[in-house]
Amino acid sequence: MQLSQRHEEYWRKNLVITAILLGIWFIATFIVGWNARALNDITFLGFPLGFYMSAQGSLIIYVVIIGVYALYMKKLDKEYNVDEGDLG
Amino acid sequence: MSTFSQSAFNTQLKKTYTWYTGGFLLFLFALAIAEQMGMSRTWIGYWFLFATVALYAGIGIMSRTAEVSEYYVAGRRVPALFNGMATGADWMSAASFIGMAGTLFLSGYDGLAFVMGWTGGYCLVALFLAPYLRKFGQFTIPDFLGARYGGNIVRTIGIIAAIVCSFVYVVAQIYGVGLITSRFTGLEFGIGVFVGLGGILVCSMLGGMKAVTWTQVAQYIILIIAYMTPVVWLGIKHTGIPVPQIAYGMTLQKVGELEKKINADPKELEVRKIYKDRADAANASLKDPAKAYADGKAKLEQNLSSLKASNAPADQITAAEKALAAYPKDEAAAKGQWTKEKGLTARAAPVRPHADPFPGKDEAARDLARLNFLGIVFCMMFGTAALPHILMRYYTTPSVQEARVSVFWSLFFIFLLYFTAPCLAVLAKYDMFSNLVGSSFASLPAWAAAWAKVDPSLLSISDINKDGIVQWAEVAIGGDLIVLATPEIAGLPYVVSGLVAAGGLAAALSTADGLLLTIANALSHDLYYKMIDPNASTTKRVTISKVLLVVVAISAAWVTSLKPGDILFLVGAAFSLAASAFFPPLVLGVFWKRANKWGAIIGMTAGLSVCLYYMLRTYPFFTNMGVPKMDLWFGLNPISAGVFGLPVGLLTIFVVSLLTPAPDKETQELVEHVRYPNLKAA
Repeated sequence: MQLSQRHEEYWRKNLVITAILLGIWFIATFIVGWNARALNDITFLGFPLGFYMSAQGSLIIYVVIIGVYALYMKKLDKEYNVDEGDLG
Repeated sequence: MSTFSQSAFNTQLKKTYTWYTGGFLLFLFALAIAEQMGMSRTWIGYWFLFATVALYAGIGIMSRTAEVSEYYVAGRRVPALFNGMATGADWMSAASFIGMAGTLFLSGYDGLAFVMGWTGGYCLVALFLAPYLRKFGQFTIPDFLGARYGGNIVRTIGIIAAIVCSFVYVVAQIYGVGLITSRFTGLEFGIGVFVGLGGILVCSMLGGMKAVTWTQVAQYIILIIAYMTPVVWLGIKHTGIPVPQIAYGMTLQKVGELEKKINADPKELEVRKIYKDRADAANASLKDPAKAYADGKAKLEQNLSSLKASNAPADQITAAEKALAAYPKDEAAAKGQWTKEKGLTARAAPVRPHADPFPGKDEAARDLARLNFLGIVFCMMFGTAALPHILMRYYTTPSVQEARVSVFWSLFFIFLLYFTAPCLAVLAKYDMFSNLVGSSFASLPAWAAAWAKVDPSLLSISDINKDGIVQWAEVAIGGDLIVLATPEIAGLPYVVSGLVAAGGLAAALSTADGLLLTIANALSHDLYYKMIDPNASTTKRVTISKVLLVVVAISAAWVTSLKPGDILFLVGAAFSLAASAFFPPLVLGVFWKRANKWGAIIGMTAGLSVCLYYMLRTYPFFTNMGVPKMDLWFGLNPISAGVFGLPVGLLTIFVVSLLTPAPDKETQELVEHVRYPNLKAA
């Protein structure tokens, strides 16, 4: 079927949120990991920050990333009328 | 959909599993009372083993089915929350449950590569795969590849890759099952493997995905209770609050102070010096083994004869005779012993600070350690997002939105265990530094004395410098000890140790279930139904899948009984291979309409080949078998081969697709179809 402009726009918005969240994921993983030594000089909740991030902080960020994506997409689906109704 | 109400089903599920959890706690309580009344440890072990396996088998029997959609995707009505728990159990293997905390204990910060890798991968699942696969809505991962790229070649490569990664992984699980059952019940390793296997088979054979799903939810509940109980207890003991995960920063600081104390203690230095001397002596002997062997023997003989000549006391002469008798039989045996002693260098090194990332002797060594850390993180993440037994789970939710939410719950439930493991490692270390180190050999802590007797590969303590006091350098620990012994370290009754074993068993069984199902489905659905006999009746398809399941399970058990070497490398290899083969075609298949059949075929092959090539040429297991050895690229270890395989796969799909004609209209419409949860005419 021919996609309407609204459909194209929905997909573009999906790509944007995906890119943003992926960027946060990249920072929480690789930028933080790369700089773990330097971060360890900072103390956070009694932890050296570099250790804290890899053991807990980044993990919490991952959970939040996925939660935000699910909520945002639910709203976006409704807004662009591509949602699945009351299924589930 | 008319007769079936999803919300009533959800309510029913919540009720059932609440009752189930209550029942399980009651069972624990009853066993605890029985222990107080004198039930023996062996019987507690049997109760846990048979009660839980019977429970899983019971769920399997209740969920038996011969319907295709029930068998392959649990009828697509698993609510997000429950699919999350099932994925958690599916995901967390024996290695996560038993091995992870031990790895963290032994390698400190650097072990966190697995913690990050095995959680962060779910971001990729959520953003790139789960909702789109759900919308596509077939049964397996090769299904998607076959439909998106057309033709049987892509599907075949998909089948092969799915089987290879899953089989490698399932062997590690069955190994874990055998280990746990034999350790906690005294049954033989082989029998343990078959008891566990029986549980797996009854469950997945009778009810396929449906039975596996509901069993995995039950297994998740057991494994998380089992993991948390001793940690909470140990946390109260050392931090004073029942949520040690947020408060162990202080404990970590104390560990740091104790590490400094240990590294400066003259007695510790003395022990380490003894190791170093022995290692140096072994090194010197290895330079000219023939001469060293002859010299050593001559020296002992000379000693004996001079003692005899001087009429020394009888006990001195017997000691000298014993020393001579204990001397290696020939040069080869001596070489083996020296090579082992050479390894003592590691124990001569000072304690590595627990929280310190990438230790190394100079800046270059540290940078290399950092590169390898990030390499492992990379491979574990992209491997997570490409392992078929996990991706398959997102076919089972009622809708696309539920699939998105389900990834959230999956990671949340996995997170609960993974953010606890580093905490457990620190608490256990603190306990050992403060209670074991410095105690006298005559009165070791009870748990240490017990475990050192049971299994020297897990814990051995020997008085190297003969001062009667335990130095940290005198303690050798196997990683698995940490989780297995925590209940005793925390001073909990034996019933909690049984609970931990049951948790480990649940972790191993649930993962094995999911993997076996993936392999059997790839063979029965993708190979047989889609390629050999598309007219097969549904009963025939399901029956064939069940038969294959048994065949695969038995061959996996057979491979396991051969005890193939390094499990960690096998697991790493499975992740690297999955990342190289599956991630590029799956993601490009959704996000790039122009990706076509030839791109996928050549790209998957290229990714897999590069990954395999790197492992073959660099991993000692293969190079020792005669494969010509080559230097590491950028110093990256063979376990991270996916770092090269994945980009090569992506790039190849990209280039080859652009050089060959664009996919047809039908394929492009399929891509549009999966991109929208519900594509209605505007």
